[in-house]
Amino acid sequence: MAYSDKVVDHYNNPRNVGSMDKADPNVGTGMVGAPECGDVMKLQIKVNPATHIIEDAKFKTFGCGSAIASSSLATEWLKGKAVDEALEIKNTDIVNELALPPVKIHCSVLAEDAIKAAISDYKAKAITETAVTA
Amino acid sequence: MKLPIYLDNHATTPLDPRVLDAMMPYFTEHFGNAASRNHAFGWAAEEAVEKSRKQIASLIGANSKEIIFTSGATESNNLAIKGVAQMYAEKGNHIITAATEHKAVLDTCKHLEKEGIRITYLPVMGDGRVDLDMLREAITDKTILVSIMYANNEMGVIQPVAEIGKICKEKGVLFHCDAVQAVGKIPVNVITDGIDIMSITAHKLYGPKGVGALYVRRRNPRVQLTAQMDGGGHERGMRSGTLNVAGIVGLGAACEIAEKEMAQEIARASALRDRLRAKLEAGLEETYINGSLEHRLPHNLNMSFAYVEGESLLMGINDIAVSSGSACTSATLEPSYVLKALGLGDDLAHTSIRFGIGRFNTEEEIDYTADKMIQVVNKLRELSPLWEMFKDGVDLSKVQWTAH
Repeated sequence: MAYSDKVVDHYNNPRNVGSMDKADPNVGTGMVGAPECGDVMKLQIKVNPATHIIEDAKFKTFGCGSAIASSSLATEWLKGKAVDEALEIKNTDIVNELALPPVKIHCSVLAEDAIKAAISDYKAKAITETAVTA
Repeated sequence: MKLPIYLDNHATTPLDPRVLDAMMPYFTEHFGNAASRNHAFGWAAEEAVEKSRKQIASLIGANSKEIIFTSGATESNNLAIKGVAQMYAEKGNHIITAATEHKAVLDTCKHLEKEGIRITYLPVMGDGRVDLDMLREAITDKTILVSIMYANNEMGVIQPVAEIGKICKEKGVLFHCDAVQAVGKIPVNVITDGIDIMSITAHKLYGPKGVGALYVRRRNPRVQLTAQMDGGGHERGMRSGTLNVAGIVGLGAACEIAEKEMAQEIARASALRDRLRAKLEAGLEETYINGSLEHRLPHNLNMSFAYVEGESLLMGINDIAVSSGSACTSATLEPSYVLKALGLGDDLAHTSIRFGIGRFNTEEEIDYTADKMIQVVNKLRELSPLWEMFKDGVDLSKVQWTAH
């Protein structure tokens, strides 16, 4: 299969690879997929609690080049966005940006799921945090 | 060293230049139809075809009259299995095969299943070989055929063919063997292996694509097959169609070279394979060999690189041609059914790479491949959440995954 230039670029130079402290109350972690399905994505966001802006995003992905590119692109898009704004990112945006072929659409779906999972983890933590401080 | 490097010799092999030289005159000056019995053009073609039959027969311990030419292994497998099922329908309606067979065998069996033939798909043991006791028990008085491959195309595991042949003989059942990966690579002998019908293809042994053969035993027992195409009754009535003379000459020449050079080639290929394996194992942790190492083609290495998905690995080593058991590289989006049949988890199948070493590979190419593999696997592991979890001591089998 031929990969688009953007997929190749993200694969060769993945953006924002890494991990953040899961226990940090300002960090939301989303892990989606399964090893037996051939892809697992871990996506983390670090949110400024005062502004609700995503200040940092990191990922690690086990999966094909398109899965790596989808999650790498997602971290680029997440940085600087408000949390609720980030929820607007759709898998189709990723498909279009990376020119993913039909067989690779599930990679973009996984990336969208990872974004949602990271945000809901952050939100769940924020609620507990508020409850504790209050 | 020229890039890209070809290490996918189970998929196909390059044409040996000596084979091409032998074929060339049969495209041009000797263009005759081997079935033209009444002029010199036909005689020249026929002579070339008969020479090829002898070259093939010599390589596999057969008589040249027992060689039927086909278009390749898929046709040979179809003709063998459907031909027996139809010819011996009165004798029985049960065929035994194995889970790790090539699709050309499995799908032919599935087709026959729809027509009322009962098929037993034997599982394989952890090393990829069939359990002989299980085979013996599976044979009933309705069994007409056992179809088990010589060596597997993915993991290179060699089946206990001679033992299978013996069991079939004892039970009076015909034995078909898909030997495309083995013929010309390791010694194959239809007499000592007890094979009644055997599929061969030229392009896996440095011959051209589009030509193959079927060995069909003529005595003890005499095997008959129902033809699958109607026509001029060529090839003892088993396979009609004008013979592909140039291709057939190529197959014969390829067999002759393979027979002459087999001993050196085995030594050379296994030395390169062992070198590759040793380098990979020295450079990387968490690698696994899939299938038996002891009963394996000398030129095959099938290895899983845990926590790194196969397609992403292929993308990183794009100047090396290999293949992967990962779902993402297959048309069906399913991980390799062959590796799954070993009892490997899907996760290891997704991380597997098949290296097929060939006649024209060099030590330099093997070293380049090993270095590149190590570099890319390490890079992708840095990217892999599974690797991170493994390093943190997380038991991945106990994690609740959100399967999709």
